[in-house]
Amino acid sequence: MTSPEQRDGAAAERPAVDGEQETPLSTENTVTEDGAGPVGGDRPVVLQLTDVVKIFPGVRALDGVQLEVRAGEVHCLLGQNGAGKSTLIKVLAGVHHADEGSITWQGEPFAPANPQAAMKAGIATIYQELDLVDDLSVAENAFLGHEERRLGFVRRGAMARRTREILARLGHPQIPPRRMVRALPAAGKQIVSMARALSHDAKLIVMDEPSAVLAHDEVANLFRIIRELTSHNIAVIYISHRLEEIREIGDRVTVLKDGRTTAANLPARTTPTRELVNRMTGRSIEYVFPPRVQPEDPETMLVVDGLTREGEFADVSLTVKKGEIVGIAGLVGSGRSELLETIFGARTADSGTVVMNGKRITTVGGAVRAGVGMAPEERKSQALLLDEPIYKNMTLASFPTFATAGFTDTGDERTAAMEVAESLELRPRGVSRPVRTLSGGNQQKVVVGRWLLGGTKLLLLDEPTRGVDVGARAELYQVIHKLAESGVGVLLVSSEVPEVLGLSDRVLVMREGHLIHEAPAGDLDEAAVLDLVMAGSLLEGEPA
Amino acid sequence: MTDTVAKTAPAPEAPKGERKQSWWKSDRAEPVRRNLGLVGVLIALVIIGIITRPELYGDPNWVKNNIFTILQQASAIGVVTVGMTFVIIGGGIDLSVGAIIALAGVWSTTLATQSYGAIGMIFTALVVGIAVGLINGVLISYGRLVPFIATLAMLVAARGLAAQISGKQTQVSTNSTINSIATTKIAGIPLLVIILGVVVAAGWVLLNRTTFGRRTVAVGGNQEAARLAGINVRFHTMLLYALSGLCCGIAAIMLTSQATSAQAAMANLYELDAIAAAIIGGTLLSGGRGTIIGALFGVLVFSTITNLFAINNLSTEVQNMVKGGIIVAAVLVQQFRYKSLTHLLGRTKS
Repeated sequence: MTSPEQRDGAAAERPAVDGEQETPLSTENTVTEDGAGPVGGDRPVVLQLTDVVKIFPGVRALDGVQLEVRAGEVHCLLGQNGAGKSTLIKVLAGVHHADEGSITWQGEPFAPANPQAAMKAGIATIYQELDLVDDLSVAENAFLGHEERRLGFVRRGAMARRTREILARLGHPQIPPRRMVRALPAAGKQIVSMARALSHDAKLIVMDEPSAVLAHDEVANLFRIIRELTSHNIAVIYISHRLEEIREIGDRVTVLKDGRTTAANLPARTTPTRELVNRMTGRSIEYVFPPRVQPEDPETMLVVDGLTREGEFADVSLTVKKGEIVGIAGLVGSGRSELLETIFGARTADSGTVVMNGKRITTVGGAVRAGVGMAPEERKSQALLLDEPIYKNMTLASFPTFATAGFTDTGDERTAAMEVAESLELRPRGVSRPVRTLSGGNQQKVVVGRWLLGGTKLLLLDEPTRGVDVGARAELYQVIHKLAESGVGVLLVSSEVPEVLGLSDRVLVMREGHLIHEAPAGDLDEAAVLDLVMAGSLLEGEPA
Repeated sequence: MTDTVAKTAPAPEAPKGERKQSWWKSDRAEPVRRNLGLVGVLIALVIIGIITRPELYGDPNWVKNNIFTILQQASAIGVVTVGMTFVIIGGGIDLSVGAIIALAGVWSTTLATQSYGAIGMIFTALVVGIAVGLINGVLISYGRLVPFIATLAMLVAARGLAAQISGKQTQVSTNSTINSIATTKIAGIPLLVIILGVVVAAGWVLLNRTTFGRRTVAVGGNQEAARLAGINVRFHTMLLYALSGLCCGIAAIMLTSQATSAQAAMANLYELDAIAAAIIGGTLLSGGRGTIIGALFGVLVFSTITNLFAINNLSTEVQNMVKGGIIVAAVLVQQFRYKSLTHLLGRTKS
């Protein structure tokens, strides 16, 4: 929750906004039903979602979603990470099934049993990580699962011909249908994904951040294709964090927050940015931050200078002091995780240096010896031995220190792990059960505990609360604060802006591989940060 | 660290009887329960033996000698399987073990090597084994070859080199010390069986009681997690293949002693037997999980089957078919048990 003072402080930083229209905006979760946007009511509604609910164990991922998509429009979906966009897409794609609410597709109730059924019904989804088979040809990918056949033989010629037609329609006749997909650049692969959608004769194409993998000039081409699609009355659901794109290509906007629709069918071009951002922000229930006592005059531990990795991030310089919590805010794909892994020595920097207490870090081993620990983004695949007991996971970085002449002492390990487990309030108690049986929050505590056992002085946390339920989040926040109070420096990355603001002493904002802003956490609010990470449109002024 | 210093009392492992189940049902008994299935298979095989040849089992002296025969048959392959188990737990595979044995055996029985006496022959076999294992390890760890490919190439190359060195001849060992290894008994127990026992015990300690073993499980269980915990994954992987090579060197001496000769075709298909024994002993082919004792039982099951067919004068063809069936059955049973186990754990979570 952002306090009024914070808002004022943030507003003072953005003089461009102050002169603007300050329409009193209600931040309540009301759905603004202001009817059709600029598209007008003449086009038929093809897709209608009413009060759609999707429950996963422990969380209501969708909690009353309204969505109305008309034929031939570009309908933009806006929302922060965790707002439920991905779940919504997967419900439409037939991956998940809605628990409550109704979905109407072309006038009929719609409940696809599986992705194939959704495809058949005419809803195609283009995921961010494109689901293409690299070692098949363009044509084979386009017709994957519904190949042109005769007597069980694939009609390669006919498939290639139809693929060529579709590619021409997409404005890319130059892509050879028999070329291996592996050989295509990212933009080309995206075209193939769209060709697959058209090969199914899709009437609605859902695009999940299609511009994220594209260079600037390729985005213009993407928009040309989208316009071509909509001129044939195909509807597009367009998901992007970049507001300028939404303004350019979108017709109407629906905003999601905490699995709910907070605003539906806003006109994409004329709705003030301030209103859009406000609809996305103000999440309060999930974030309960303990009060924070800042350390006085601490010494600097970590110094990162001019760190660069081609194509990921460039010229990043930052410091972390003893007992300080520094948060990096940024979107997925802004280079945050890569930056943390490079600081930890798990990736090799192209240039620049990382120095921890006077020692240069270039390898993971060196980082660990210098007292740096990391809790990576993907706990299960990057941090844990799921079938091994808790204590062995906790001592994974420090078990040699419990050993005598190479012989391990599991008794000592258990005792030490138990102490840390108690201090982290690991539940259920005990350190013998396999890590697999723990909840996400407790698994994260095991990873954090690992570095506490190793006597870590600086902890790098990548998305520390991903997959952690609400109650456990508050506990983790306390753990992180306690660590900082005990003198451990913390550098954390999160795509949840309130988390970065609430936890950190100092906030760095990262966008497209660059640190673009640094400020004490108290000087920023959610809207200001969101605005910075989403292309700085507030600073550039509102559209007329 | 945080405020934990006060809590130095022994860890309350089992608060309020929540974990006070019998030891039998606890996680720690899990490997024992798993191996018990193999013990059952062994007993069944012996019972089949008793039924088919009751007159032989009537003689206690024959029974004792037959047990030693089985163990002696299991000795060389048992040693190889210990090394193989480490490699597989570490997330790899070593297809070249049979070829390494052949190369080490042939190299240590050349006339030139034999002139250095028993010590020289043993030293040569061990060094050749470790060296070839290291080459495997370097190719896999630092050359980033897939283990399957690297050791498959080594299988072909090492046998080729062995044939080259031996000139495709059988090299007879004239060294009486080496030849006597297979015939010596200490306190009535054949020396080969004692060697197997020592290697198995050492393997068990290495896997379960040392940092080396802990790293092996970590590297095979989750390579990325091990790397991000500061473990030198590549170096450790290399050591695993060297360890497998060392085991092959030991096995080469044992086999040379048994046959009083070595040749390029010796230890044929040992890689398959060792992998099969490790797998039916409960080692996951994907790495991160496995036991030395289970692997030993796996080897014993195979050599008992061989023995059963021998005392009934049955063909090796039928024997191989039965072996194949046992491998499939063992893995099916394990998969089933593993699933039900994770299912059970999943339920206790909620």
